[in-house]
Amino acid sequence: MTAWLGSEEWQAVALSLRVAAVATLVSLPFGVAMAILLARGRFWGRGLLNGLVHLPLVLPPVVTGYLLLVTLGRTAPLGRVLEDWFGLVFAFRWTGAALAAAVMAFPLMVRSIRLSVEAVDPGLEAAAGTLGANRLRVFGTVTLPLIAPGILAGCVLAFAKAMGEFGATITFVSNIPGETQTLPTAIYAFLQVPGGEGSALRLVAVSVAISVGAVLLSEAISVRLARRVAGR
Amino acid sequence: MTLKVRIRHALGAFTLDAAFEAPGGVTALFGRSGAGKTTIAHAVAGLIRPEDARIEVAGRVLTDTSLRLHVPPHRRRIGYVFQDGRLFPHMSVAQNLGYARRARPAERARVVEMLGIGHLLPRRPGGLSGGEKQRVAIGRALLSRPDLLVMDEPLAALDEARKAEILPWLERLKGEGGVPILYVSHSVPEVARLATTVVALGGGRVIAAGPAERILADPRLAPVLGLREAGAVLTGIIAAQAEDGLTEIDVPGGRLVLPRIAGAIGMHVRIRIAASDVILSRARPEGLSALNILPARVSEIHMGDGPGVMVALETGGTPLLARITRRSANALNLAPGESCHAVVKSVSVAQGDVGTVPAAVKDAGRAG
Repeated sequence: MTAWLGSEEWQAVALSLRVAAVATLVSLPFGVAMAILLARGRFWGRGLLNGLVHLPLVLPPVVTGYLLLVTLGRTAPLGRVLEDWFGLVFAFRWTGAALAAAVMAFPLMVRSIRLSVEAVDPGLEAAAGTLGANRLRVFGTVTLPLIAPGILAGCVLAFAKAMGEFGATITFVSNIPGETQTLPTAIYAFLQVPGGEGSALRLVAVSVAISVGAVLLSEAISVRLARRVAGR
Repeated sequence: MTLKVRIRHALGAFTLDAAFEAPGGVTALFGRSGAGKTTIAHAVAGLIRPEDARIEVAGRVLTDTSLRLHVPPHRRRIGYVFQDGRLFPHMSVAQNLGYARRARPAERARVVEMLGIGHLLPRRPGGLSGGEKQRVAIGRALLSRPDLLVMDEPLAALDEARKAEILPWLERLKGEGGVPILYVSHSVPEVARLATTVVALGGGRVIAAGPAERILADPRLAPVLGLREAGAVLTGIIAAQAEDGLTEIDVPGGRLVLPRIAGAIGMHVRIRIAASDVILSRARPEGLSALNILPARVSEIHMGDGPGVMVALETGGTPLLARITRRSANALNLAPGESCHAVVKSVSVAQGDVGTVPAAVKDAGRAG
């Protein structure tokens, strides 16, 4: 594969995989928490929070990228606090690409997990309580296994979205080969230069292969999980 | 007293306001749907927070709203068998049974054997029949080693055949489980078969509470229980297994002959005799096809709105109920204190209403 792909092309593929994986895994705990909060929580401002979570889905990605730039850029107050206190820099780094991808993918992940949380019978959790399980154990042994198919589906969706993210990424972290150039931005860049069609085409093929592979894998796992949850 | 409950709780327009105490054994929380039974059961298990309540189980105060005390469900040690079983679908039967992690292997083996679920252990709940699911649910609750087992209409979701299949297991549990049970039900036959104590609820209030034999034979409660369902419960001992397919049973007032009941001579049985299956006669009847004639004394006559009356009788110190027409009651000149004979057609005692009573529970019931 390395021989078939040029080094710059290979770099973009590897970076894309890393960005999408990090974006998915880091946002997963937040996604699960948010899904449960939105599915089960009864509090003032729930509708507002729901809207906020879904905002990246309806905003133009360029707008989301720009908002990230003005809040987390190195000169922005929040960006400076993160850099000074935690050594975290997002602007024009691959971490920023991951953040942009995570923000864009978050609504898809939350939506998918939330549906599965709403399908869990709270009676099963109550039953676990009467058997002496505290809330943490109920979550770990009953809720989590039952929403596992939804979590998996959410992860696949988020991963796919993160792989394909373009607008917010290029706005927030630009298109720096080796640092922030992901598959879509690399394809875009190759199309801008004469003679780049070959590279672009190879990346398109890789992109299709990864997407199809992810869908097939998730399908296989979700069939097994669904059978487990159905109790057969 | 094993269980002490006082609860006041409003649910929309409905207000539950009930208080009762129950000894060990099986306490039936009896009433029609909407009487507040499940609300009480949920409050006992801590699944709801009642507005004003005090609940004590086996000497432990679990809820006391005046002290702002509400022990969470997982620390109450109340086993709960739900109407719909609520087995964890993603676990095997064995994993469901072991979920509470409190029972020792020997105890687990005993419960599995008692409920006859050994062959189901590796299976998933999705493939079990309704009756099997309920037996597993009962086992799972028992293995949490509860101070009290709450059973919320455990048979209501099952058809008649499954009920008949599971009732003997419940009787066995009552005898061998050693755990006090709060049994929520609207079915008179189930209550008659299982309960040692009955708490009758109506419209969110306790209408009557006391030993099952007395409550089920109380003529004033017949309208609440349902006239067709009303009937007394007699406890007897199998005296003989005749060769013509009949079983003779000694009850306090005499001897009953019933269609074959499986059981050894000397075994205790509970027999429910529906009030509408009892005929009254002033003189001892002769030349009658009915085999069962018990001498009795009228203790109370309860007039209803319709043409029928409910006559409470006493035979050998235990109560019996007869439902006859007002006209017959007048013709026979029945009045409290008068003696008469109660005639029970042998074929009218349904097999399903005959339950076995392990001796230990019977004694406990008497003591309570």
